Amino acid sequence: MFRGINKAKWPFLATFVLLVVAGAFLGWARQPRELRTDPPIAADLDHLRLMPNGISGAPPESYFAEGKLYESDAYNLSQGQRLYDWFGCPSCHRDGRGNVGPSFLDGWWLYGPEMVSIVASIRDGRPHGMPAFRDRMTIEEIWQLAGYVQTIGAYSAKVGATGRKDDRQTRPAENRAPARILFDEGPVGVHPDQGPSP
Amino acid sequence: MRTALVLLLSITATAAGGSGNQSALNSQGAPAIHVEHLIIGITVVCAVVWLLVMIVLGWALLRKRSSDSGPPRDRPLTTIVSSAVAATVVIIAALTIASFYTTRSIGLPGNTALTITVRGQQWWWQVIYADANPAFSFQTANEIHIPVGQDVQIQLESADVVHSFWVPSLAGKQDLVPGRSNSLLLRAERPGTYRGQCAEFCGLQHTHMAMMVIADEPADYQRWIAAQRENSVMPTYADAAAGKAAFLSKPCAACHTVRGTSAAGTTGPDLTHIGSRQTIAAGLLETTRGSLAAWIADPQTLKPGNNMPMVPLTSVELRDISAYMESLK
Repeated sequence: MFRGINKAKWPFLATFVLLVVAGAFLGWARQPRELRTDPPIAADLDHLRLMPNGISGAPPESYFAEGKLYESDAYNLSQGQRLYDWFGCPSCHRDGRGNVGPSFLDGWWLYGPEMVSIVASIRDGRPHGMPAFRDRMTIEEIWQLAGYVQTIGAYSAKVGATGRKDDRQTRPAENRAPARILFDEGPVGVHPDQGPSP
Repeated sequence: MRTALVLLLSITATAAGGSGNQSALNSQGAPAIHVEHLIIGITVVCAVVWLLVMIVLGWALLRKRSSDSGPPRDRPLTTIVSSAVAATVVIIAALTIASFYTTRSIGLPGNTALTITVRGQQWWWQVIYADANPAFSFQTANEIHIPVGQDVQIQLESADVVHSFWVPSLAGKQDLVPGRSNSLLLRAERPGTYRGQCAEFCGLQHTHMAMMVIADEPADYQRWIAAQRENSVMPTYADAAAGKAAFLSKPCAACHTVRGTSAAGTTGPDLTHIGSRQTIAAGLLETTRGSLAAWIADPQTLKPGNNMPMVPLTSVELRDISAYMESLK
């Protein structure tokens, strides 16, 4: 049966078999979609502990137990991408490069790149015009959106990619770490203005 | 032959979308009637051809050869072969021409009095009755009212992926393509409720993307239009009034519009007159206070993957909000 395979063909056959095995492994290791989060776990997402200055802090324990879904899972990142448009973020932040609101892509995070800080910014609002979305989105949606915002501002691309977008391309795609490409040292100093009481 | 015909037609009927008020073989509008005639014509012609071929084949297999005909030799069959080829050409040409004429007769006439925009969304139908006077424009969802005996132009758009608009009893299929606008002629000859559904796989809940086309007598239609143009009714009972307050303070109002209140979200279905619609969640459940409560309490269990989040509510809030929804006639 194998007599027909001469030496020159083995590397191709081995590559093919390796690709099939790798594909099977990726299919097996694929993260299942969590369409319905258990209400107690969703409620626990609200229990993040912020530092007194409102920057950084500890996410709820259940967040780690679930495997940090909202910042790594492709489904949740895609939901975040949809919510970014649905809840009007582009009206101030455009495609992430900012306009009235600050840019996510210039390499500077006013309140740090941690998920808790971004969640707190969306949920409770921030000085200088960022509104609170506490009464407009569920806490789970806020975590999904925060994961997406963190993705477009990340220096290294995440493994999980967001869904495809058919809009006009205005900046490098989310899975190319646009913040690294568009990093702008700019006129902003090392300690950017965080507002009178951040 | 009659049995074979009935069998063939019933197979076609299953393929054409069930029975009753959603069937291409129960056509109730001019475009659908043309399509039904074409379906029956092609089926009958093909059945007759098939039967003739089978008869000839059977005869060829069973006939006795005469014993003294000598060694087998090539016989010219010019007459039979050429007449069979000619018959094939004529039949195929006739079916093609019939198909062309049907396509032409179900096309849109130059000007229609009424144009309704239908936007496909994952997984529901946004229905927009636009008017030159913006105060008369309104939106509804999953339910299209049309006047009987009048050509209606349906403008088809999509907000996300490709969907397909199919009301088998009234018209053929037409795709809703993101970034494009397609048109379809809809016309009902008799009043009634005609079910339609998405006919292009569009994601997890493609099966739960149905819509109702309700053909009204012109007077009923005008009454319906007038009622839809009104703002939402003020809740009269205490629980509905409390529900309204809860609805406006919770995330509900960020996605849904209820005209006459501060709720002006545009991403979810317009709920101004949700209590007057026959079904909720694109044909998933009948509109009752109970089904509304079930839907609000846990949309991801009833229709997994849809874009409505589970909003945490207390039991009292849930009861009040569903009472409010039901009161929005």
